[in-house]
Amino acid sequence: MKGIIGRKVGMTQIFTENGDVIPVTVIKAGPCYVTQLRTPENDGYRAVQLGFEELPPRRNGSSRLKQPQQGHLRRKELRDKGIELPDLRVLREFRLTEDEQNGLEEGQTITVDAFEVGDLVDIIGTSKGRGFAGTVKRHNFNRQPKTHGQSDRERAPGSVGASAFPGRTFKGTRMAGRMGNERVTVQNLVVQVVDPEHNLLAVRGSVPGARGGLVLIKAAKKSRQRQK
Amino acid sequence: MTDLVKLLEDRTEDRGFPELYPGDEVKVHLRIVEGNRERIQIVPGMVIRLRKGGNNKSFTVRRIASHGIGVERTFLYNSPRIEKIEVLRHSKVRRAQLYYMRDRRGKKARLKEVRTVNRNK
Repeated sequence: MKGIIGRKVGMTQIFTENGDVIPVTVIKAGPCYVTQLRTPENDGYRAVQLGFEELPPRRNGSSRLKQPQQGHLRRKELRDKGIELPDLRVLREFRLTEDEQNGLEEGQTITVDAFEVGDLVDIIGTSKGRGFAGTVKRHNFNRQPKTHGQSDRERAPGSVGASAFPGRTFKGTRMAGRMGNERVTVQNLVVQVVDPEHNLLAVRGSVPGARGGLVLIKAAKKSRQRQK
Repeated sequence: MTDLVKLLEDRTEDRGFPELYPGDEVKVHLRIVEGNRERIQIVPGMVIRLRKGGNNKSFTVRRIASHGIGVERTFLYNSPRIEKIEVLRHSKVRRAQLYYMRDRRGKKARLKEVRTVNRNK
C-alpha cells in the first residue's frame, strides 16, 4: 500500500547530476499509524485508516483529543492485541484492494520509506481559498476593453443569456462566486527525494494548498509506469 | 516549517566557491556538454548582480564581447554545471546592483579596485 498523510512545507529547486534544475515541493509526511483496517465484512468496504501528527498531552496530563477520538484510538480490540496508539490529530482513510490490505496490521507505522525516488504519486490537498472571486479569476473570462468609450466594465462578466426566449438565465452559467478552498488532486507527480531521517518527501512540481496545509499522498492511480 | 526546506537544501554540497561581491571581476568555468563530448568554457566578466535565496542563489556576469556588444549571463551559484569560479579582483562599489555599468563604455566602465588580503579566507 502506498499512501501517507503529510503537510506541505514549501517549494525550492534542486539540481540533477547534469545540472538540470527541478522545481520541487517539500512535504513533511508521516510517520503515520495504521489506526484501523476497514473490511467488507465489518464496514462494507476495504480501506486503511491512517493517523498522523502525534499530539502531546496537555500540561495537566489530559489528552487533547475529544473522548470519541480517544475511545477510537484506545478501543478494546487494540488493547487486547497490546497495541498502544498515541493521540493523533488527523485520521484519514485510503481505499485499498485485498492484496494491498494483506500486508497491513493495525498499530503498524508507515513512513516515507514506503516511497522511492522515481515513484509516481497523486497528491490531494485543499486549494487556497480565493474568497468571492469574479469571472475573470474564477472562470478565465476575458477582460473587456479599457478604452474605446468603455467605462467601469473591464472585468464585468458580459451577457449571461438571451432575451425573451428563454427569458431566464440557464442553470450552471459561469458567474462570480466562492473560489478555492476545495479538494484538489494533482496526478502523476514524480518523487524526487525521500529523506527518512527527517520524514521529508520532495515531488516535482506544485501541490495544491498553502504551506502547512494537509496533503494526502498516494501511488498514482492512472499510470503504473515509473519515471527516473 | 521553512527550516525543513533548508534541510533539503543543505544536501547541496558546498563546493568551496569563493563568496562573490558586486563589482568582482570573475572567470566562470562552465561545463558544456556537446553531444557526448564535454568541454570547459570560460566566461570572464564583472559580477553586476547577486541574488540570494538558498539553493537558488544566482549571479549575473557582464562583459563586453566583440564589436563592443555587452553580454550578460546569469548563473545559478550551486549549479553542477559550474566547474570553478575565479575571482580576479574586487572593485569599490556603492550599490548592490551595478546596472549603471550597462550605460558605460570604455574608460567610463572602469571601477576602482579594492585590494584586500584574504577577503575570501
